[in-house]
Amino acid sequence: MLLMDSSTKISFNRCIRDGDLVIVYERHDTMKAVKVCENSVLQNRFGVFKHSDWIGKPFGSKVFSNKGGFVYLLAPTPELWTLVLSHRTQILYIADISFVIMYLEVVPGCLVLESGTGSGSLTTSFARAVSPMGHVYTFDFHEQRAASAREDFERTGISTLVTVGVRDIQGDGFPDQFSGLADSVFLDLPQPWLAIPSARNMLKQDGTLCSFSPCIEQVQRSCETLRSDFTDIRTLEILLRMYEVREWKMDHSKVDDGNSTACPPRKRRQPSSEASVGDNASSPAVMARPSAETRGHTGYLTFARKCVS
Amino acid sequence: MSENKPESGPTVNPRVTWEGCSVLLDINDGDRLVFARLSAGSTLKIGNKTFSLQPLIGCPFGSLFQVESGKEKPYLSRFIPPTEENNVQDEGGCQLQEESRDNRAIIDNNQAQSLTGDDIDAMRREGATGNEIVEALIANSATFDKKTQFSQEKYRLKKQKKYAPRVLLRRPFSRSICEAYFKKYPARIGFLRVDALSLLLSMANVTANSDVLVLDMVGGLVIGAVAERLGGTGSVCNTYLGGKPYPMEIIRMFNFNNEICKRVLRCSVNDLCAVQNETSEQVSQHEDVCTMDSQSDEKISLSVSTEEVHLSYKNGVSDLVPENELSTTGKTCKTPKAGEKAPKEAIQSWKENGFSSLIIAAPEQDAWSLVKDLLPLLTYSAPFAIYHQYLQPLATCMNNLQLEKMAIGLQLSEPWLREYQVLPSRTHPCMQMSGSGGYILSGTRAYSNTSQS
Repeated sequence: MLLMDSSTKISFNRCIRDGDLVIVYERHDTMKAVKVCENSVLQNRFGVFKHSDWIGKPFGSKVFSNKGGFVYLLAPTPELWTLVLSHRTQILYIADISFVIMYLEVVPGCLVLESGTGSGSLTTSFARAVSPMGHVYTFDFHEQRAASAREDFERTGISTLVTVGVRDIQGDGFPDQFSGLADSVFLDLPQPWLAIPSARNMLKQDGTLCSFSPCIEQVQRSCETLRSDFTDIRTLEILLRMYEVREWKMDHSKVDDGNSTACPPRKRRQPSSEASVGDNASSPAVMARPSAETRGHTGYLTFARKCVS
Repeated sequence: MSENKPESGPTVNPRVTWEGCSVLLDINDGDRLVFARLSAGSTLKIGNKTFSLQPLIGCPFGSLFQVESGKEKPYLSRFIPPTEENNVQDEGGCQLQEESRDNRAIIDNNQAQSLTGDDIDAMRREGATGNEIVEALIANSATFDKKTQFSQEKYRLKKQKKYAPRVLLRRPFSRSICEAYFKKYPARIGFLRVDALSLLLSMANVTANSDVLVLDMVGGLVIGAVAERLGGTGSVCNTYLGGKPYPMEIIRMFNFNNEICKRVLRCSVNDLCAVQNETSEQVSQHEDVCTMDSQSDEKISLSVSTEEVHLSYKNGVSDLVPENELSTTGKTCKTPKAGEKAPKEAIQSWKENGFSSLIIAAPEQDAWSLVKDLLPLLTYSAPFAIYHQYLQPLATCMNNLQLEKMAIGLQLSEPWLREYQVLPSRTHPCMQMSGSGGYILSGTRAYSNTSQS
């Protein structure tokens, strides 16, 4: 997924190959990750698609089924991956993910510690941000989920950047080997205040920490614990509001009963100009309106910096 | 582009200041933000006093400084705040249950404080520290004991900010630079809020080894943020309409090393779109025009940037002129320059491979007319993200992209950001909030048989 070297980089000259991971795009809300395999097929409501038809075509191509239906084949990115990955746990979405990465000041070369791994949605974006010289160490106390995450990172080609450990961070803290080495720590735990003292030990001076919690009580408790060794403590929430766009041909034509008493008196009548705007009627207008349904809350993001001593 | 192994370790992410580095000074916990360049001669004005910034050189980012009265004049001294003692919190806990005070009897007639301005000046002359003055004010306030505990804390904080101001040394990063500009000069960055900026970077899949095409009319903030994420690999092409690149003075705030600066290149839209044969001639013609224009542009943009910081300190001018000043004084720390003209090989490579993504931040321009020309320069399946202050141009653009079948996965979104105050028994969203951070149109370039490579 990541552009680690020129062979994986998307370009005009790089076509789909056997073994590539592609994102099959049916509609903006219907996508699926598929590994291209020469002898395989994809079956969906549009028909049967032969993988062999895909090989040799550029990413972004439109491909057809035996019934004439079509889908697009896209190159995977962390954003697309977040939308197609299998949810073993509730995941973070792009608004929170992008804000966390920016606010934690994660740049190439950083060492990031994370717990819990969950479904690896945020982890994938961390990997992108620290590439190519940095590393993400992520921990989850659930052995099976950790294994599934490892598999996913192999599939998406980021396993050289991510190490998954099975560990109860709330109970045991982060491993001592990382003391004083972490640029950033991210916590998505039910009781993050139990992990904060350990996070403090892991962080470099002025290192950044973020804790994601759905409930305000968790936030209050975390902030109390942060006050001893952290500064610049800030809690925010971010949401993304979508808009729908539509072309609407507005009808400007005047109603054809000029004799009606309902019409206002027309003292200054300029028939010529009226006619030019008027009866031929339609001028298309593009209009936007907010989507009717939107997410109300994901979680509170609490950020802090480790005090400099 | 060649993929050199980038510099690793401390040089990529320095945590200690050095002479000549660019810093962000946070005065009194966010009340005032100032960009500065550290040198022996640079100064900072707080209130009606000027302080040398020399004590800040060689200190770790995140260090806190407090104004201290010196023998000759006050100076900034490194200050380590005492860790919150547990008993303060416990005290708070107990008192919360017993809090019976309220403000019904407190009359605001400006007569509660018995110390006069002259008294305070006298204390200063005798060498009292800021904290001592604050304690004296509290001791001499008739109404202090009648206030609720929260009110007392607020009072103490207010006095401390005035008589013992603190300066926090911050590292300039896309986050802090964007926040500072959004607070102070939002119009210069087209009201691009930090969450909107972060979305642009994610939606455009900015990552190491990518070749990102950027049209930045927000002072260079987006180019800087992209370059930061590339970390010295890949390339950023700063493109522009016409013959002159847009000002990018904000890039100087980032403390980019040579490796990162080398990756920021510029090339006009015309040159990118030109057919191969014409390119070489036009490029050489443009080159002369561009270098002259960009130099004068730089002088203009430099004076703009010194001006804005000049509001805060007097010696600003000399400190923000990188090469001229440094070369005449012969200092070894030369600020590397970003935004050099793209060499022919780079342009060739971009044309052959296509850019891996596109970001447009042109808050005053029509989005569709820009996208029409720039999208074909992207490789297929490349993501793009377009920022605008206004909804309408993006709606029109989205509609056209759909009609022309140029892109899929189109999404028009608006980020919403709210901050919270979290304190015991006083947790609530902040009273002030940003009303808008702009709008973003994102999508992926689709391949169709009619597309030209």
